[in-house]
Amino acid sequence: MDLFALLGADPPVEDLALPSVDWAALAPILILVGGAIVLMIGGSLLRGPVARKFYGPFTAAVALASTLSVIPQWHHVQDDGAFTTVAGMIGIDGFSLFATATIGAALFLAVLFLDGYLQREEIVGVEPYVLAMASASGAVVMASANDLIAMFLGLEIMSIAVYVLAGIHVRRARSAEAALKYFILGGLSSAFFLYGIALVYGATGSTHMADIADFLAQNAFSNDLLLIAGIMMMIVGFGFKVAAVPFHQWAPDVYQGAPTPVSGFMASAVKVGGFVGFLRVFNTTFVNFQLDWQPVIYVIAILTLVVGSVLAVVQTDVKRLLAYSSINHAGFILVALEQASPEGTSAALFYLVAYSFMVLGSFGVVGLLSRRGDGHNSLSDYAGIASRQPYLAFALTVFLLAQAGVPFTVGFVAKFEVLMAAVDGGSWPLALIAMVTAVIAAFLYLKIIVAMYSGTVSEKVAALPRVLVPWGARLALVIAFVVVIGLGIAPGPVTNLAEHATPHLIALGR
Amino acid sequence: MLLATETVNFPILSALVILPAIGAAVVGLIPSRRGDTAKAVGLLFAMGTLALVAYLVIQFQIHPTFAVGGADALDHRNGFQFIDNVVWLKQWGIAWHLGVDGISLWLVALTALLVPVALLGAPARTDPKSFAAWMLLLEFGCLGAFLSLDLFMFFVMFELVLAPMYFLIVGWGGPERRPAAMKFFLYTMFGSAFMLVAMIVLVVVSSRDSGVVTFDLVALANSSGVAQTTGRWLFLGFAIAFAVKMPLVPFHTWLPETYTKAPTAGSIIVAGVMAKLGAYGFIRYGVYLFPEASQYFGPLMVTLGVVGILYGAVMAAVQKDLKRVIAYSSVAHLGFIALGVFAITRISLTGAVIQMVNHGIIIAGLFLLVLFVERRRGGRDFTVLGGLQKRAPVLAGLFILFTFASIGLPGLNGFVGEFMIMVGSFATRRWWAVVAAIGVIWAAVYLLWAYQQTFHGTPAPETDGEKDLRWAEIGPLVPLVLVILLIGLYPRPVIDRIQPSVDKLEQHVVDRTGVVPPNPGAVVLSQEDFDVNPDGVAHLDGEDR
Repeated sequence: MDLFALLGADPPVEDLALPSVDWAALAPILILVGGAIVLMIGGSLLRGPVARKFYGPFTAAVALASTLSVIPQWHHVQDDGAFTTVAGMIGIDGFSLFATATIGAALFLAVLFLDGYLQREEIVGVEPYVLAMASASGAVVMASANDLIAMFLGLEIMSIAVYVLAGIHVRRARSAEAALKYFILGGLSSAFFLYGIALVYGATGSTHMADIADFLAQNAFSNDLLLIAGIMMMIVGFGFKVAAVPFHQWAPDVYQGAPTPVSGFMASAVKVGGFVGFLRVFNTTFVNFQLDWQPVIYVIAILTLVVGSVLAVVQTDVKRLLAYSSINHAGFILVALEQASPEGTSAALFYLVAYSFMVLGSFGVVGLLSRRGDGHNSLSDYAGIASRQPYLAFALTVFLLAQAGVPFTVGFVAKFEVLMAAVDGGSWPLALIAMVTAVIAAFLYLKIIVAMYSGTVSEKVAALPRVLVPWGARLALVIAFVVVIGLGIAPGPVTNLAEHATPHLIALGR
Repeated sequence: MLLATETVNFPILSALVILPAIGAAVVGLIPSRRGDTAKAVGLLFAMGTLALVAYLVIQFQIHPTFAVGGADALDHRNGFQFIDNVVWLKQWGIAWHLGVDGISLWLVALTALLVPVALLGAPARTDPKSFAAWMLLLEFGCLGAFLSLDLFMFFVMFELVLAPMYFLIVGWGGPERRPAAMKFFLYTMFGSAFMLVAMIVLVVVSSRDSGVVTFDLVALANSSGVAQTTGRWLFLGFAIAFAVKMPLVPFHTWLPETYTKAPTAGSIIVAGVMAKLGAYGFIRYGVYLFPEASQYFGPLMVTLGVVGILYGAVMAAVQKDLKRVIAYSSVAHLGFIALGVFAITRISLTGAVIQMVNHGIIIAGLFLLVLFVERRRGGRDFTVLGGLQKRAPVLAGLFILFTFASIGLPGLNGFVGEFMIMVGSFATRRWWAVVAAIGVIWAAVYLLWAYQQTFHGTPAPETDGEKDLRWAEIGPLVPLVLVILLIGLYPRPVIDRIQPSVDKLEQHVVDRTGVVPPNPGAVVLSQEDFDVNPDGVAHLDGEDR
């Protein structure tokens, strides 16, 4: 019996169809965003020098919490399968959770370094911490995006926060230059990416990745120009974010100009965000069109490997060297991506974890050695530094050797896994090129190591006091060191996780 | 009768591989100011490893008998003993898989002997702690590579030795050591890049056949194998790495720089042990893993070896620096070893293994003696040398002993190895062996000439106060001299342990390729020169004539 009719009243307006939201599944994002908001408000209320000491630990705690919040979800996904929430915008699968944990861990380490750096440079204010959390939340959204619109939102949240972070050192002209350059080129790449989404939407009638994949599987195009153009534009957009050649021009300048721990953050968390987006879109959504995009990635991967290693050889600034080396590493991940296979995806994921720890450790030490003003970054400043700073020099040596792929470090296992995936996918020439460029890249790491161990300390550096390593940075260095060596000797646990972290396309309603 | 299993009931191979690594970590934790303690602890670990290896040599069974079944049956059938097999990375079929046979046994012994000799004979002047730690890490890598029966593990160990060696050169090397260290590192890493890719291709291709991904050397060598052309390409991938490491001409350009710029202890390990990694790699990962390709590329490889013999001899003759003469003589000796390996006959392979040990012992002694000469004259250029014999007769006497061993004087160890290589390779590579013989004569020319320039002549008056060798300097040379005399006069205990493994290897090649190499014992030499056993195994043995 209709109660409304009985009472003679009009039936109520139909409810706004709100999508179901699985709050637990969104926990990593919510913790990061919530932490950012709390810190922003709290920081504006409590601004004294005492309160300032708590910004860093608070952010680190938030990063840790968001990393740990992944664990219950992981078990849920492994037992019951992937699922989607927020009207199919966010998909939770092993892939997204693995990437989320990586981003959280990278944020944790980066903040520990950043905190000491900001205090040394006397950059007061809560903004850098808030921005770092916001940026990481964007990266997590990218990792869990199940829809191209969500992907774009994540990309923008992540990028805009990083543009500002790059320029946070306001007294340093290079920092501002880096921020502006990054902003303009990043904006351009976002435009490409968005236009790519639009074209793909035009071709397939959806932005939902599962729908796109279904459409592509069920329909044959008489003219696929629109789709291919869209795919290529998305390659350009992602290519910018991960600094793949020929879209890498910004990277050396920005890595060099940005505050050093921020460079570390960009090379780890931001790169993870970019690559997991790249992997999800190309290894699931467009996997049926792999014959069209694989040759393009093949060429880009070769260019990235070669340019990253060869141009690094002539650099004299350590941060620039690391920027080029990061391009070379991106090439390795592209090799894994090019396979469009589950092995390739898990190899790429493992590489991202390995690279995050190696590069954060490297940039962490470089940031400490750059001294007040972030100015002592040239190779000549590193001459003979091992005699004055034996522990820092040793740590940097280990991180650099790991990047070079010396056995018993995580870098070797990562490269090995990529090669396995590449050979398995039939791309052995790519594997060979990658290894040869790794040898060229080893030259530049050795250049830094040689300078540290065998030169004589320049007068300029000798006049400076010894570097005092803050506790946060000390903790971060120890963690990075333990991971780099530990996963080098026994990578089993993490490679197993990476193997189970396969991306799924989740149709609506599941 | 119950069939014996292993003669040692604890994982002796793992223990002796890991002991130096533990030593390196322990030494690394000692504070830098306690340099002498670090030095002593480092030496203690090196000696402990040597003691374990001595025990291994005693327990090694010449003709092992094993139960037919068991997890390690395949390894045992292939002649390996003391198997340790622990899963390392399950998803790729990678294991910590160790085993020893007659070929690796003596190389392990050589490594374990040379490290303490180098630590004692050529200690570091500065920072002895780091020096000892790097040396032990180097020993860890070398032992691991010689003993591993897993491709991944071999590669890891093979690559690992680069880092400690690099730091030894950079930290304690001579003038202009930085470019030398860089060249060494990049060159060898470049070679390894090809090996890694070839290794992965081999594993992936084999896994398509068998459905099992495994890096197990014995399993891969006994599997159905890859297609002929693929096998040849893969062999080349491995060969580049070994040719660089060994080195073979034309991949040798890093060698003179590294040998001369490295600190003496480093030179001893590079020349004495790491060069053997390359040669050992050719036997185990070339001939054993790719028998067909090794036959196919045999002419190329022996040509490179013979070119090395001649080139090394010519270059050694025109050097002005004593250490460089020895470095180039090393190129020649390694060429001999390559000839022995790729002639692929029983005698030549046995000779190659013996010559690997000989070369390690001899070059270690020569490098130490050059260091002692340098200590007395402040340089090793022929212009500052001369007349040392009058002031230091013991030094001169030992130098001439090692020189004669290097030349291959009968009664000393160099003769045994070179002779067996020549006899063995004459059967399958006749003209190469003939040309190689010329190299033996040249060796006498340049080495004796170097000896003359160093020790004969009139000493300069300002060198009056020069002292002869101290006991601390003679001490490390004593074990080397004993080995030279033992192998030179009574090589049988050594050959007996190598021979069964080489026979197995040759049988493996015959099974795989169907090509039966001529028996050089029957073809080349008369019956009196050989003591032929009932099983048809020829023994070269001076004592039994």
